[in-house]
Amino acid sequence: MKFSYYPGCTLKTKAKELDRYARLSAEALGFTLEELPEWQCCGGTYPMAKDEIATKLSSVRALASARDAGQDLVTLCSACHNVIKQVNSDMQNDENIALKANNYLQLEEEYHGETRVLHYLEVLRDVVGFDEIAKKVTNPLKGRKIGAYYGCLLLRPGKVMQMDNPENPAILEDFIRAIGATPVKYAMRNECCGGYVTLEDPEISRKKSGAVLHNAKDSGVEMLATACPLCLYNLNQNPDGYDIPVVYFTELLAEALGLKEGGN
Amino acid sequence: MENKVTKETILRISGVNPRKCMRCGKCSGTCPSYDEMEYHPHQFVYMVENGEIEPLLKSKSIYKCLSCFACVERCPRDVEPAKLVEAIRLAVIRQQGENHLKPETIPEVLNADLPQQAIVSAFRKYSK
Amino acid sequence: MQRIGVFICHCGTNIAATVDVKAVAEALKHEPGVVFSTDYPYMCSEAGQNIVKDAIRDYHLSGVVICSCSPRMHEATFRKAAAVAGLNPYMVEIANIREQCSWIHKDIPQATEKAITLGKAAIAKVHLNAPLYAGESPVVKRALVIGGGIAGIQTALDIADAGFPVDIVETKPTIGGKMTQLDKTFPTLDCAACILTPKMVDCAQNENIKIYSYSEVTDVKGFVGNFTVTIKRKARYVDETKCTGCGICTEKCPMKKVPNEFNLGMNNRSAVYIPFAQAVPKVATIDPEHCNMLKKGKCGLCAKVCTAGAIDYKQKDEFIEEQYGAIVVATGYNPINLDKFDEFAYSQSKDVITSLEFERLTNAAGPTSGTLLRPSDGKHPHTIVFVQCVGSRDTSGCGKEYCSKICCMYTAKHAMLTREKYPDTDVYVFYIDVRTPGKSFDEFYRRAVEQYGVHYIKGMVGKIVPQADGTLAVQASDLLDNKQLHINADLVVLAAAIEPDKSARPLATMLTASMDTNDFFTEAHPKLRPVESPTAGVFLSGTCQGPKDIPETVSQAGAAASKVIGLLCKDKLTCNPCVAHSDEWMCNGCSACEKVCPYGAITYEDKEFRMPDRTTAIRRVAIVNEAVCQGCGACTVACPSGAMDLKGFSNSQIMAEVDAICK
Repeated sequence: MKFSYYPGCTLKTKAKELDRYARLSAEALGFTLEELPEWQCCGGTYPMAKDEIATKLSSVRALASARDAGQDLVTLCSACHNVIKQVNSDMQNDENIALKANNYLQLEEEYHGETRVLHYLEVLRDVVGFDEIAKKVTNPLKGRKIGAYYGCLLLRPGKVMQMDNPENPAILEDFIRAIGATPVKYAMRNECCGGYVTLEDPEISRKKSGAVLHNAKDSGVEMLATACPLCLYNLNQNPDGYDIPVVYFTELLAEALGLKEGGN
Repeated sequence: MENKVTKETILRISGVNPRKCMRCGKCSGTCPSYDEMEYHPHQFVYMVENGEIEPLLKSKSIYKCLSCFACVERCPRDVEPAKLVEAIRLAVIRQQGENHLKPETIPEVLNADLPQQAIVSAFRKYSK
Repeated sequence: MQRIGVFICHCGTNIAATVDVKAVAEALKHEPGVVFSTDYPYMCSEAGQNIVKDAIRDYHLSGVVICSCSPRMHEATFRKAAAVAGLNPYMVEIANIREQCSWIHKDIPQATEKAITLGKAAIAKVHLNAPLYAGESPVVKRALVIGGGIAGIQTALDIADAGFPVDIVETKPTIGGKMTQLDKTFPTLDCAACILTPKMVDCAQNENIKIYSYSEVTDVKGFVGNFTVTIKRKARYVDETKCTGCGICTEKCPMKKVPNEFNLGMNNRSAVYIPFAQAVPKVATIDPEHCNMLKKGKCGLCAKVCTAGAIDYKQKDEFIEEQYGAIVVATGYNPINLDKFDEFAYSQSKDVITSLEFERLTNAAGPTSGTLLRPSDGKHPHTIVFVQCVGSRDTSGCGKEYCSKICCMYTAKHAMLTREKYPDTDVYVFYIDVRTPGKSFDEFYRRAVEQYGVHYIKGMVGKIVPQADGTLAVQASDLLDNKQLHINADLVVLAAAIEPDKSARPLATMLTASMDTNDFFTEAHPKLRPVESPTAGVFLSGTCQGPKDIPETVSQAGAAASKVIGLLCKDKLTCNPCVAHSDEWMCNGCSACEKVCPYGAITYEDKEFRMPDRTTAIRRVAIVNEAVCQGCGACTVACPSGAMDLKGFSNSQIMAEVDAICK
């Protein structure tokens, strides 16, 4: 099974492992990520304004390109996923945005949100199936108490993302279970790490990340799994005295599938 | 600022209907950036509805929103306060010389681990 | 040719402000057959009716057309007036020029033209009207109440008091409903059990009342006065007639780890159980999901210890059929599922509870014997946060758009009782609005604030994070102080929205009773017929019609009973003469009508026909039982040969109306 794949800027630089382990694991699980031949940065944050058109175009290009390839579009980074899925929803539901974006892009065939956008986790859950993954695990991560860190962008706004219950999600926990580890549920798993504000005001993200880590530690989490490079950065930058390693979920997947070099 | 930003402009940019608000305060109850803000999510809704745009334009609060969608997700009336914060911020930075983040300041704040994502997002939010 | 009189009503300004009534009267005067045409400010008034009666006599009218409001409002009024003047009431037609004309148009010439057209259509129809004579059908003098909560109980008691037999069908093993789970009741704080259990006992002892507990309605046929209802009596594996309710089986049952639904899962019960001490009927029920004997064929201890020999593992579901003249729906409510509101950590902490769970935690028969203790560690909570409107007034799709109505008052009650019993407890109530319109309600809420020192905070909780020390970090807004508050609470109580019981929707389908988008039953008229469903013979009691507190539920239950009594007092009901009939010569015996008839009014018969060449032929033809037919007209549409027709709404009459409009 083949998917169009949108890695995003950070996965080519600071978050190479998130990308590499995802591709490795995909092959082992029987699906292929075909990187879009040309893609541009999504902008990192969804432009909420009704009159923002130019800032949505890179997403529309990626979406149209997947449509032309006849494939679903898979994303991995929470931020890219959020931006592209929300823009796709605009192209389906906001006539004005769709009209202007199409006028601007002059694609061979107009784009109106035909592409299905899937997060890598959704592929694991809905296409491969967590039961199947569990069967293919050769190196179960037994005994590890892992907290799922959804952050804010993976699930919200729930009506658009339609990935899981935004207040009581299970997809990452089910994933953690599938790779043989023990998921630990904690209340702050869907609260913000401080996000891009870290650039201007690191103190805010220190507070926000600290609150997440505090609650995770309180709840018995020994390791956090995330899908977002910025979450990983903010949580790692602000350990606040908590010794909880933060890793990409794809790294855990590769490890469990026996694909991680140096692993056993 | 030269051009006066009106309530209508903000409503048009944001697509928000503040009349849907029933004054429950859940947005401000859930906002993770509340303490950093001079005006809080519920006040953005009230003040826009009352046409009090000027103080919002001048407030640093518009740079403290994390765009985490907590207020959007949890509002029982689908008001989407974050979109008002975004519209006010855009109304400011779209004006000449009002960019909040300038490229020349980037080297100072850069660190080796900072993901690109943070920089592009911040530019989206703070500059035009 | 008919001699037709036309009467145009002004309805004050309701019609006359938009429709030129004089012009309508003048225009219709020239229609064929019209011998009299006039207008009047209030045709439905006594003076107006007299104009109609006088004209019938003076002009020897054979048909009457009233241009007025909807026939739902005053058709019966004008039919009666016609009958008094000696005209068959079915010679009266109503042209609706209010709801379908003046109220929906602004332009006077346009509305006037439409009113004239509607009048012409009615005149065209009257030309083809024939006198109709209503038959009668008997009334089964027995009522069915579906649901045995306080609404159903009160309705049943009132009907039984009037001397009519009434059956209660309750899906749970005992009657009593939600009220059995409550501790005290607002605003007088009397104990719920103390005022409810005598009524439950009354039901059990009243010779006119029969209780089918642990039972469900599975099918309803028939019509007002003559319903046939199938009731499924679920196997409870205990012979109700033998069980004495001694409770030995429940003590000896080895399977004791079944979540106790009466205490909302906050403690356990045995697999064979009696829901609570005052259950009616007080008989045991075996839960087949958890009984080892029923699941694996191993155990059988309860049968061994039962001295009455009441245990019967072989019992099967039983279906019984009963006849009723009237049906009362009293299916009640449930708190909504809070899965979509986990920002309040309901699924994450045992110490985040619903208000109904709080009732159990303060009730002497509850899991803590009435001492308020935290479910997680059994300690006294010292800071309690109440959150109002959890899922109520919510248009986001997660909750319900309506106000659940009872939460403001029960929360004030909870807060007050907590402060009364445990004065060292800090109690916070987060509210959007405090809604207390009821007798002594606002006084009650103010007492909670002024006398008991409950902290009422205008604002909403946005996030709750359980802490390692067992407390709950509550983050909320205080809108009046413009602050975000952080409270470390020991217990959080969520006022979950209420919704109709899930059984209501399939039941409404069986009853052909209408519902709103929230699955509350719709009343026949929101103000004037609040306890009747639009389906004749079906009545509404309690929260199945909308959120209600106990006093309102009891008044409505009594009102529903009085309507039922009014119906059951009659020996016969006048049938609607507008029923279907089949032209035997045209009928080809295809059974299409029989299949679509929702009332089972059509049967087929082999009949002998004399043919033109003096031979006879046996043909299969449809026969309509006029006493059963409700005149819905489904058969006339289904009939491929045009043999089926509806009296009073014949195909030719409808076509005449259409022709008149299109002319």
